[in-house]
Amino acid sequence: MTPSQRRWVFLVAGGGFLAFYLWGLVGLPGFGHYPGPYGDIINAIAVSQTHATAVVSAVNFEYRAFDTLGEEFILFTAATGVATVLRHLREERDTSAMDEAMNRDVPATSDAIRMVTLAFIGPTIVVGWYLTSHAQTSPSGGFQGGIVLATAFVLVYLAGQFIVFKRLSPVALTDAIEAIGAGSFAAVGIAALALGAAYLSNILPLGSTPGAVNSAGTIPLISFFVGIEVSAAFILIIGELLEQTLIVREGNR
Amino acid sequence: MMTALQVTILVLVAAGATAVVLIRDPVRQVVSLSIYGLLLAVLFMAFQAPDVTLSELTVGAVALPLLLLLTLAKVRKQEE
Repeated sequence: MTPSQRRWVFLVAGGGFLAFYLWGLVGLPGFGHYPGPYGDIINAIAVSQTHATAVVSAVNFEYRAFDTLGEEFILFTAATGVATVLRHLREERDTSAMDEAMNRDVPATSDAIRMVTLAFIGPTIVVGWYLTSHAQTSPSGGFQGGIVLATAFVLVYLAGQFIVFKRLSPVALTDAIEAIGAGSFAAVGIAALALGAAYLSNILPLGSTPGAVNSAGTIPLISFFVGIEVSAAFILIIGELLEQTLIVREGNR
Repeated sequence: MMTALQVTILVLVAAGATAVVLIRDPVRQVVSLSIYGLLLAVLFMAFQAPDVTLSELTVGAVALPLLLLLTLAKVRKQEE
């Protein structure tokens, strides 16, 4: 196919796409005019039904908790896959790591980076924990909080201590925490089944005050389990990748 | 109605996405991707979606660029 023919094929396809796209845009509801019924219904009933003042969390961890469970296991599977694939490669490279390290200069971490990252580790853990534990009261939740918690471990590495990062997050422990987080989420649902309710329905007392930290029944519990699962999965993925890139550096120490 | 802030940030996001595509050096691309994630987070905030803002901040601006940087480091090591 000559370049000019290719250009014609593109122009026809692009023109057709543009026409259909514009046609579709014309049929959209106006900006800010949501036509579906579900949003309004949820807004009207969520706070009285779940005692969670963060309605998005109520949707995520209660009304569609089963979907969230599926999403959680996507991450779980991804982390398992990364760990499996990279573990094999690591063994392959282990023997050459020491030899390569002999003539390689490891750049020292600057004091400025060390200071800033060390200063940020504490606040990062606090923010991560706040996000994980306040899903029911304010916009947050286990997914965001979990990643922020895992970032604290990455800061430990950035402060220049890969060994410390590995010591703080041994693979066996991280694996176990990840599995406990994912499994406990599923177990909350099974507990509801055992009590004769629907899977993942809110079986715990809701608390008297909507918006209190100890309200909303299973929502903060599920958020907590999601939080530790997500942080463990992320630490595991980062740890495996760091080990891949830094195995030479580690051998030098 | 869209506010001036929303229009501004929409334009910035479009510019940021274009910049990510046009930058060809992978490391620079990852840094610009992180900034683009930050812009997207501001966009979601301007459209009153704080939950999505937090997700975008953690995943788009931090986690994804970090994973990509580590992958690049690994690839470069193999090329040496």
